[in-house]
Amino acid sequence: MNHPVLLAAGAAATTQAIAFWVLAIVAVAAALGMVLARRAVHCAVLLALVMLTLAVLYAMQGAPFLAFVQVIVYTGAVLMLFLFVLMIVGVTSADSVVETIRGQRLAAGVAGIGLLVLLSLIIGQAAIGPAATTGPNFGSSNVGGIAALIFTRYVFPFEVTSALLITAALGAMVLAHRERTSPRPTQRDLSIRRVSGGRPAPLPGPGTYARHNAVDMPALLPDGSPARLSVSPVLAGRDESDAVLAGRAEAAAVLAGRAEAAAALAGRAEPGQAIAGAGKAAREEAAAPAGDQAQPPGSESADASDEEERW
Amino acid sequence: MVSPAHYVALSVILFVIGAVGVLVRRNAIVIFMCVELMLNAVNLAFVAFARMHGNLDGQVIAFFVMVVAAAEVVVGLAILTSIFRTRRSASVDDASLLKY
Repeated sequence: MNHPVLLAAGAAATTQAIAFWVLAIVAVAAALGMVLARRAVHCAVLLALVMLTLAVLYAMQGAPFLAFVQVIVYTGAVLMLFLFVLMIVGVTSADSVVETIRGQRLAAGVAGIGLLVLLSLIIGQAAIGPAATTGPNFGSSNVGGIAALIFTRYVFPFEVTSALLITAALGAMVLAHRERTSPRPTQRDLSIRRVSGGRPAPLPGPGTYARHNAVDMPALLPDGSPARLSVSPVLAGRDESDAVLAGRAEAAAVLAGRAEAAAALAGRAEPGQAIAGAGKAAREEAAAPAGDQAQPPGSESADASDEEERW
Repeated sequence: MVSPAHYVALSVILFVIGAVGVLVRRNAIVIFMCVELMLNAVNLAFVAFARMHGNLDGQVIAFFVMVVAAAEVVVGLAILTSIFRTRRSASVDDASLLKY
């Protein structure tokens, strides 16, 4: 009864069933997460997961060529394109939770359930048979079989596809191209703009502390307050309020042993004391915008007020 | 043995999830991703039917669907970047100048 070949076939079928159910659950969960995730980057990563599971499902059904094309074209090219566009458009572009059309989510859910019921009835009626006897076309000679079909019966659609790809590439280039409406600034224009712009020196760098040395850590001004200009606006614009930045800078200052800076940040009192001997000249010097860190040590209060004016 | 009907059922579920995503989401890039999910679901059904019938036509059609999807994504994302460049937004609600 228990012939070895039959046993092996049964074991293979069991393995396939287990793989199918695991992959199906992963794919559906990732697809649901993609619809529900608020950040577009999370959606892209979850979509990559769905596409990889689909590639494995193709391979399980005797389509190794399509599995590889799925990984290379979809996960490799299309999703990377999505991620590049997300980087251009802004990683922070989370969806708003405001419904512009009232009851739209509810209506969409009802429509989705209706579509699910309709399609389920259709495939229930369709009498989908068991898999046909799998020949060599679904195994070792899959690529050759597809090539034979593409270059004989489907040769005209294949040529039309090439025209479509060229058109799409040209269209993307035309749509993404931006005409320069003003003449290109020369080096002279750039230097004039830099000097007349009020800040001839480069922007201050991020803070360097004993245990933290990241680009999102703000540098500390001489009075202990965080220098907003030292953090890139892209990072500062994420979900970081002033309070968060200040708190992190304070913690970093404590860690770095700059207790007096942290105390100044906490107290923020009597700034005039520190510059008792500095006099009016230092104030005037500091009123001119200059690098936040490279101030002479006596000009804290003037610099702080200057900072507050700008922000 | 997992029959093709299982694969078609999975394809239906993924297609419906993608369709609901297109209806619910506001970010144009995410809507594009949901359309991609729908196309992939249809591809899965094509491959399952190819296995059911025992010939490779379904796989060839799935291959063509992939090519068309790639072209669609390229043009769509180029349109999105140009819209974002002029309107500073990727939300489908903001591109409503032709509405009234």
